[in-house]
Amino acid sequence: MNSIQQTFANSHQAGRGVLVVYVTAGDPSLEETVEIMTTVAEAGADIVELGIPYSDPLADGPTIQAASQRALEAGTTIQGVFDCATQIRQRISIPLVIMTCYNPILQFGPEAFAVEASNIGVDGVVASDLPPSEADEWCAVAAEHNIAAIFLVAPTTPQQRVARAVECTTGFVYAVARPGVTGARDQLPEDLKGSVARIRQVTDLPIAVGFGISTPQQVAAVCEIADGAIVGSAVINIIAEASDHEARLPQVSQFVSGLAAATRW
Amino acid sequence: MTTATEQRSGRFGRYGGQYVPETLMGALDELVEAYEEAWADPEFHEELEYYWRHYAGRPTPLYLAERLSDLCETQVYLKREDLNHTGAHKLNNTLGQVLLARRMGKPRLVAETGAGQHGVATATVGALFGMETVVYMGVEDIRRQRLNCFRMELLGARIEPVESGKGTLKDATNEAIRDWMTNVENTHYLMGSVCGPHPYPTMVRDFQTVIGKEVREQCREQIGRLPDMLVACVGGGSNSMGLFYPFIEDDVKLVGVEGAGHGLHTGEHSAPLAVGSFGILHGSASQIMQDEDGQIINAHSVAAGLDYPGVGPEHAYLQESGRATYVSVTDEQALDAFEQLSQLEGIIPALEAAHALAWVIEQAGNFGEDEVMVINLSGRGDKDAAEVKSLL
Repeated sequence: MNSIQQTFANSHQAGRGVLVVYVTAGDPSLEETVEIMTTVAEAGADIVELGIPYSDPLADGPTIQAASQRALEAGTTIQGVFDCATQIRQRISIPLVIMTCYNPILQFGPEAFAVEASNIGVDGVVASDLPPSEADEWCAVAAEHNIAAIFLVAPTTPQQRVARAVECTTGFVYAVARPGVTGARDQLPEDLKGSVARIRQVTDLPIAVGFGISTPQQVAAVCEIADGAIVGSAVINIIAEASDHEARLPQVSQFVSGLAAATRW
Repeated sequence: MTTATEQRSGRFGRYGGQYVPETLMGALDELVEAYEEAWADPEFHEELEYYWRHYAGRPTPLYLAERLSDLCETQVYLKREDLNHTGAHKLNNTLGQVLLARRMGKPRLVAETGAGQHGVATATVGALFGMETVVYMGVEDIRRQRLNCFRMELLGARIEPVESGKGTLKDATNEAIRDWMTNVENTHYLMGSVCGPHPYPTMVRDFQTVIGKEVREQCREQIGRLPDMLVACVGGGSNSMGLFYPFIEDDVKLVGVEGAGHGLHTGEHSAPLAVGSFGILHGSASQIMQDEDGQIINAHSVAAGLDYPGVGPEHAYLQESGRATYVSVTDEQALDAFEQLSQLEGIIPALEAAHALAWVIEQAGNFGEDEVMVINLSGRGDKDAAEVKSLL
């Protein structure tokens, strides 16, 4: 059992769901990302997801697109994000996952990327535009270097592809809540329970739900039907809207505490 | 259709594939199946050929451009895709895909457009079959292609302006794909070029091969043999693939012309085959313009339809295998050719097609006098007249 699965097992024993929080690295700066991620962990997140910004993120809505754009304009590079991850790893012990699109991994070199991530102590990687059917090379190098390969399953994924996705997955299954892009929404989709049940049918791996999860109420509802909830855009909105550095960390801390409190069954 | 260059499903050598968020994979499976079924169905071909002939006005002429031939000291034929309904080759593909969307029961179309020709061709088939049509277009392209925007609106389509990036084709494509992800259950994404995830590169090529098939037949009738060389511009690469593909097994030279923009050395161009590298853009692996971290670099071309940092995966494969040759010409050369063809032949070409003409004009004297070349005149230049006037 890897550290990600251990985290889900521990939470389960404690009677609560897992809170996964996504933050785009380099927005507003890599130095601040280190502090933000430390704050997120201290406020009660169980797993942190560090995003490598990408110029053309197909799965992302306006919030993460804008954060990625700001991070790239601030000069964020892949190596810069790895340095940032190194510092985060020194400060926090919970699982650290990197999320990005596949082209940055491809250009860095899949093997080199897995080696670097492994050396830093990164626990898993999500590539949001890499379906399992294109992931043979990535899965092999990730497995070799003990990086959990995390794949997405959507409500639109045909059942035979769900089975294939969970076979390739080694951390948790990232259940996409609804068709469409990332971004805060007012409502959870009505058929979410059915979508999660469809995945549960074919795997014992933990299932965390993301895309459009933005409030404590939604986290609570998701934790009733899945093993964890993933929140990204809502946190990024707080980071972006904070008037300055001084205000940012307390606001992030307060928001994440509220989400964490909602994970209890 | 199993093809010579397609080695396994959706792959052209190391290029192609399906690199998209999982949400779209079900829709791609469905599209692959529907396309293969339709392509094997004689009734589908009958229906498509009916619309090509009676609605689009095909076959388009193959015209011996005598004064241009004199200038270039060779035999230059123009494949007149500018005379296709809506003024470009784009309608060949949108007619095919709209029939497919109907077979799949998808009532809504989304498309990206650069020059607006694909947007107009999509809006046209949307009107023809009474389907809701949404076209994503970058704000910079809306500025330089006003006429086409008006045409799309007149045809009943809604234009969604895209502000992100540089406001050109790449950004419009991102947004069209995001719309498709959100509305995938009732929407068909009508991609306009031989790019994107499988089956688009294969499917769009197959719909555009009507160009090359007609050229074969017309050459046989008009000159009694195959041409020696085919020349076409390459943005995403659909007009060139459509011309080249039926000749892929023949002893015919294939030349694709990319946009060199302000010059390859300036970095402001749209020539990924000339100076790009292996990477992933919009769902397929190809040659793309990117930095060392894989971030996509904005392209530049005076021709909105070439202003794209990627290219269809099959072109990357044809370049790598040596079957086709790719060259580039600058904005300035294309603008000169735009004027020259207008004055020599009384045909105002699209700025995209002017790139293919410009290369041939530049190479004047390097061809045999009896050599026969066919240039794909992929579209007409009315849409560019205002922009060119402001640049001259």
